[in-house]
Amino acid sequence: MNELLNIVFSTDFAFSILRVATPILFAALGALISNKAGIVNIGLEGIMLVSALTGVVVSAQTGSAWVGLAGAVLAGLLIAAILGFFTLKFRTHIILGGVAVNMFASGGTVFILYLVSGDKGASTSLKSEVLPNVRLPLVEDIPVLGPILSGHHLLTYVALLSVVAMYYLLKRMPLGLRIRSVGENPHAAQSVGVRVNRVQFTALLLSGLFASLGGAYMSMGYLSLFSRDMTAGRGWIGIAAEAVGRSTTVGTFLSSLVFGAADALANALQILKIPSELVATTPYVTTVVGLTVYAIAETRLKKRKARRHSPSDS
Amino acid sequence: MSESLLEMRGISKVYPNGVVANAGVNFSLREGEIHAVVGENGAGKSTLMKMMFGMEEPSEGEMLLRGEKVRFRSPQDAIDSGVGMVHQHFMLVPSFTVVENMILGMEPRKGLGINRAEAERVTRELSAKYNLHVDPNARVEDLSVGMKQKVEILKALLRGAQILILDEPTAVLTPQETEELFRELKLLKQAGHTIVFISHKLKEVKTLCDRITIMRAGRTEGVFETASVTEQEISRLMVGRDVVLKYDKEKKAKGKPVLAVRDLAYTNAAGKKTLDRVRFAVREGHILGIAGVEGNGQAELVKALTGHLPGATGTIDVAGSVVAGQGIKAVRGLGVAYIPEDRMRQGAAKEASIADNLISTRYAKKEWNRGPFLDRRRIAQMSKDMIERFKIRCKGPEQEIGMLSGGNMQKVIVARESSASPRLLIAEQPTRGVDVGAAQLIHQRLLELREQGCAIVLLSADLNEVLELSDSLIVLYNGGVAAYFDDPSGVSEEKLGLYMLGLEQQSEEEAGKAYDL
Repeated sequence: MNELLNIVFSTDFAFSILRVATPILFAALGALISNKAGIVNIGLEGIMLVSALTGVVVSAQTGSAWVGLAGAVLAGLLIAAILGFFTLKFRTHIILGGVAVNMFASGGTVFILYLVSGDKGASTSLKSEVLPNVRLPLVEDIPVLGPILSGHHLLTYVALLSVVAMYYLLKRMPLGLRIRSVGENPHAAQSVGVRVNRVQFTALLLSGLFASLGGAYMSMGYLSLFSRDMTAGRGWIGIAAEAVGRSTTVGTFLSSLVFGAADALANALQILKIPSELVATTPYVTTVVGLTVYAIAETRLKKRKARRHSPSDS
Repeated sequence: MSESLLEMRGISKVYPNGVVANAGVNFSLREGEIHAVVGENGAGKSTLMKMMFGMEEPSEGEMLLRGEKVRFRSPQDAIDSGVGMVHQHFMLVPSFTVVENMILGMEPRKGLGINRAEAERVTRELSAKYNLHVDPNARVEDLSVGMKQKVEILKALLRGAQILILDEPTAVLTPQETEELFRELKLLKQAGHTIVFISHKLKEVKTLCDRITIMRAGRTEGVFETASVTEQEISRLMVGRDVVLKYDKEKKAKGKPVLAVRDLAYTNAAGKKTLDRVRFAVREGHILGIAGVEGNGQAELVKALTGHLPGATGTIDVAGSVVAGQGIKAVRGLGVAYIPEDRMRQGAAKEASIADNLISTRYAKKEWNRGPFLDRRRIAQMSKDMIERFKIRCKGPEQEIGMLSGGNMQKVIVARESSASPRLLIAEQPTRGVDVGAAQLIHQRLLELREQGCAIVLLSADLNEVLELSDSLIVLYNGGVAAYFDDPSGVSEEKLGLYMLGLEQQSEEEAGKAYDL
């Protein structure tokens, strides 16, 4: 037990939280932006997977991690665009569209992987590139905080900056205002000339962008290869994190960190003599607990609102 | 007619389902006037306004703005031409602040972001200019209805509206808020704006408006200077009946009381009293007609009668059992049948077959089951009988009900509700939007039920229908019983109009005769 406490209260552990939380945060931001526009994008997991593979394949072909990243982002945007095309133009149900994306990604990535590398499990035979880690000058010299904050993968910093950008977008930018109006009262938006479909499509593309960055991180940072179904539910956990964060930018960020911490804890617990299968359930148990807490809080809030709006007879 | 700011000539609108909402309507608006459009529900006011605001396109006719032909394909076109509309159901985003709602879709920018200072400044400036005071930083969901309306007006003005259409703006307001709105509208008029004011409250129209266009059954009945026409004349033109229905029905002896409503009252979530000490009774073999302009408590009354208006006070007895707090199934178990106004959503399951819709209220009864399964053969037989008896035009019992015309769909619903030998039938607008043939068949069916001793509550906006079918009649106004007549056939529609529009009101004692036990 002591051993565990030593691990948990170390700067290494805090560092690992950020490292593990990065893909969850990307997925959660993707969920946030599409939900704000009133579309539930459950295809995040699939988009991440496709982007993870694309990053590896493109970087191996070109020898450049940057081109790989660009490929990963383009692949993510493409899938999101296809999803948007079917759901917004042809009115396919968004959930069915999302399921299709996920199933396509799960099978399709293995197929492509086999074509490219001759292996159905992992891309070990491909010489793929990895995006760099970044040391923050000055910050790294701060005691305690320095080792936690500095030396992360480039995309981890992109994720943190994305939180700020998301906040600014939703609160301060015309597009954010339109996205929120479309999600909350599309009729109102339409009546003042906001093109609902176009705004939703834009939100879906942004959602795909965030998911693709999460995917690229998985195969070009977190690990340095692609392996089948390597996202392992992070897209889903991202959706949960967005919900637990009550669809606010700050809330989504914080709950992503909590889920990241659960993940990191699962890694740390492996040192102890606890069955690894049990340990591996930690993030998922956290998800269930988190969603339960969220549901209870939500019901209470609704009740309070209802009470405030009903005429007081007493 | 060079003085017209906006003119609509020979406008007709036929909806794809064949409903003629407007037929050769002429409408002209002078610059700087407040122009009332009055008419009953279904008279075609809303359709006309929707065309003026580009939400619908006319099937025929032309529109001229300042003498030039215009065509609005979308509300955006109308907005660009200086036409603004305040909808009855507000088009606001509840979680946004007033400022955010104001600028949505036309945000002032500073760099990448919204220029919030500028947005707030224009909001304040506009609200000061037109004396429409709202807190720019308040959240819209926290505002009162009157405040929300101000935001809507400001929104339209910000978008450059010269012509402002207000769709029944006072329907949701308290008397104080209404007075305030009128002051504001007069101010807008002084500032050179032209206002179209849709209403069926004649007193308001008389105090506020310069001219009145009266609509009835999709046509214009006339345009008047407000000063030169009395409320009585307007009312006559609004509610006059064109075709007189005639049915032979025997006078009947008083049966036993079936429905007794005592002191029914209800205050809605917005704090408005929508039902106010309503008292009436209905006996066996008796049709009680309920007349009234829509929105005077009818919807709430029907909800209470069918047992789903929690929060209503007073009592409703059906044959001695209290309705309140019982589930729908239990209420139906008391022998209550219900023909709802909204046949598309409440009356029928659109994508289910005719047979399934017919059985939907009694599928659980033993006679329609064989063991754990539905007795399909019996159901099919019953459906065929119904289709024949009610002359339902369809391909067969298995056809989707949503594929039928409105009249035939309504016949299915009437067939279902009337065939279970109900003790009490609540018929809400049973013939709205159906063709004459179907209407006649439905009327005859109601009279048959009356013969069989069923008590019927008939709510209808069609005065012909209520006057001709009912044995007695009440008029609802502002949630209360404004008048009671025990012999409707002797009541003129002019007289009825006066009560419906709140120009007259019977004494409590007279109206109280509706509760006759």
